[in-house]
Amino acid sequence: MGMDRREFLKLAGITTVAGLSGLTASTILRNGLSEATQFSLDPKALIGKRWAMVIDISKFKTDEDYTKVIDACHRIHNVPNVTDRAPNLEIKWIWKETYGHAFPGQYVNEQEHEYLEEGLKHKPFIIHCNHCDNPPCVRVCPTKATYKRPDGIVMQDMHRCIGCRFCMAGCPFGARSFNFYDPRPYIKEMNMEYPTRTKGVVEKCTFCFERLAVGLKPACAEASNGAMVFGDLKDPKSEVREILRTNYSIRRKPELGTLPSVFYIVGGKNA
Amino acid sequence: MYDSRKIITGLIIFFILVALPFIWNLGKAAPKPDPKIDTPVIQQMAEKKCIELKAVMKTGHMQMLDVWRDSVVRDGNRTFVATDGKHYNMSLQNTCMKCHSNKKKFCDECHNYAAVKPYCWDCHIEPKEGA
Repeated sequence: MGMDRREFLKLAGITTVAGLSGLTASTILRNGLSEATQFSLDPKALIGKRWAMVIDISKFKTDEDYTKVIDACHRIHNVPNVTDRAPNLEIKWIWKETYGHAFPGQYVNEQEHEYLEEGLKHKPFIIHCNHCDNPPCVRVCPTKATYKRPDGIVMQDMHRCIGCRFCMAGCPFGARSFNFYDPRPYIKEMNMEYPTRTKGVVEKCTFCFERLAVGLKPACAEASNGAMVFGDLKDPKSEVREILRTNYSIRRKPELGTLPSVFYIVGGKNA
Repeated sequence: MYDSRKIITGLIIFFILVALPFIWNLGKAAPKPDPKIDTPVIQQMAEKKCIELKAVMKTGHMQMLDVWRDSVVRDGNRTFVATDGKHYNMSLQNTCMKCHSNKKKFCDECHNYAAVKPYCWDCHIEPKEGA
């Protein structure tokens, strides 16, 4: 088999050119074939840097004020009501808590005194996930099923949750509930627009991320008639900042350093 | 050959046992899946077409749903821009199943045939059928 140097170089050159152009062709082809698609935000979506809630507890007067916001949330998110069957396995996204339980530092420790204002002692506080800026639940989640979004919402990906309940142990606020049973039989009215959960996952308040995505405020804030104000904490002109600037506010267990994004106004003008 | 009788009997029994499932199911092939898209919503569509080409949807719907899921849940991007430029809300419950409201004939038909059990419906609510 004879091939002189000249022939070899010719062949090598042709092969290189063919190879290069072949590569380009395949790249073009691949780009054309690959999904010519993109994902985008809804233009109506509310965008924030750190979402927060300010709850003026003095605006909650009757029992109905509380049930109104709790029902609004639990109804649209298909939160099961298992309390009749198993009270200790309760699933809740937003609920009532006494001042002493919600703010144990203020009540039983150094700032405790038994002459606390009567109204405060027995007044239930409305509690939901604090969407902490430094969330311990996120740190302990082994699958990154729970994570902090860039807008400050501590979210959960139910697809990834393995039900280990580390987050429940990690959360100092008891904001998380575990589905010990299939929740479906305990949901009175299903909201067909929102999924339920399955047996073996942990759930909690999501700051209505699905409503923010279409430009709506969280359901509890909407139902609260101004008692719960939702807004962006990083926006100095936002309503929440304005309220925080002009009122004395407290957060739950600040000594733990989780930096909650839920603020309570206790001595509001409506008291 | 020593013990040829025992060995041959044993071999025959072995082969019968191995072949039994095949003999048992001979001529009883599972019917080819026949997914239906004749839901009321689709019937009323002027141009009966899905968000992407039928072939793409048929072979790639699982990847698409997976990408959608990550995009919506993890990144918060909910709008899908299809190849033809149309915008869709990425939602199994609120987009896919609004047209394909016949889960039994649309999803289960093939999934049962292929013996795949996606866990979508553990959480996502399937549309009420025949209602």
